[in-house]
Amino acid sequence: MDGIHDMGGMHGFGKVEPETNEPVFHAEWEGRTLAMQRAMMYAGAYNIDQMRAAIEALPPELYLSSSYYKRWALEIENLVTGLGLADADEIKTGRARDAGKPLRKLTAGEVPNVLTRGAFARQAQSPARFKIGDRVRAKNIHPPTHTRLPRYARGHVGVIEAIRGCHVFPDSSARGAGENPQWLYTMRFAGRELWGETTDPTLTVSIEAFEPYLEAAQR
Amino acid sequence: MTHDHDDDSAHGSELSEMQLRVRAIETVLAEKGYIDPAALDMMIEAYETKIGPHNGARVVAKAWTDPPFKQALIADATRAVQSLGLIDRVGNHLIAVENTPKLHNMIVCTLCSCYPWEVLGLPPVWYKSAPYRSRAVNDPRGVLADFGLTLPADTQIRVWDSTAETRFIVVPMPPEGTEGWSEGKLAALVTRDCMVGTGLPRGPKDIA
Repeated sequence: MDGIHDMGGMHGFGKVEPETNEPVFHAEWEGRTLAMQRAMMYAGAYNIDQMRAAIEALPPELYLSSSYYKRWALEIENLVTGLGLADADEIKTGRARDAGKPLRKLTAGEVPNVLTRGAFARQAQSPARFKIGDRVRAKNIHPPTHTRLPRYARGHVGVIEAIRGCHVFPDSSARGAGENPQWLYTMRFAGRELWGETTDPTLTVSIEAFEPYLEAAQR
Repeated sequence: MTHDHDDDSAHGSELSEMQLRVRAIETVLAEKGYIDPAALDMMIEAYETKIGPHNGARVVAKAWTDPPFKQALIADATRAVQSLGLIDRVGNHLIAVENTPKLHNMIVCTLCSCYPWEVLGLPPVWYKSAPYRSRAVNDPRGVLADFGLTLPADTQIRVWDSTAETRFIVVPMPPEGTEGWSEGKLAALVTRDCMVGTGLPRGPKDIA
């Protein structure tokens, strides 16, 4: 989706403003939101790709005007109502009308095990198409659904720097279309390939690119 | 327009309206039987106390004092960090990238906010902000200037955009004047920002 979330290379957002002695959470609800998110994913209500897709689907003006955890809270609301796990009235009133669907509820005892990220590597179905050093082009594609190929890389030529294994393909997983594992590469671009001749010649940028995003480059 | 303390969105938090809204969601999800508030409490406590950049700092300090460990870290950071036993379980696909006198690495996630939680904790607000996500890939030196850092003009800058489930941590160069220091003492020099690539480690004078 060519959404507002795909920010790489955009102008006009101003300076980066680090905060001295920043707290882990700026308000109690931020921590509750983070923990709810993790608990709902543990429960299998939705996966991380569906979560990201739901955040990206927020209207751009709302996305930009909301803090990070507010986006999460809105996304949780949208997902639980969209998936039929609660209805909008219940969320609005803060009262469940009836019991929910059977999900795997995260218990306190299981918490230490969910602090670790999941494993996304999968058994390869076929050999990797590209090898280290290959010149490849990021395809000029614009799927209206979730993708992890940033706009700034599309159409540009780079080099395969590393092969990271075969991983769950977010573009499929986000649509509930299964894991559809794909080879994952680190693809390196010269800064000037991406941003033009006036760019700092010392810059190199890499993306983590799934094989379906790539095609062999002629030059 | 009066300043509304409840809407502190510049710092990434929006208080009372969100407090109520999130409480409503949590109540419904708990009543539905999907979540257990006691489990949420535990998770929040872990993120506030156990998981943070102190873990990454230990990893970097170890790499500075133990060359075989550094080699193992660069080869397979998940396995190497796991071997230290700092963290119960290290997430998969952790990748350590090393700064050299000629090369400076910087980590970003332009699409959302992917960040190596186990070794660095939760990302700071600036890492998740539009200015950082937009500019890190086309103006990293400008971003570094926002952090008060200027690198030599001929230093190669490498930006790693975390667009998949691989996660990156920068292994900075040890500061001068720390030869022979213990791992524990070195760890105190390793800041969160230097492991993201938006800073350099503290020097011996900074902690004197």
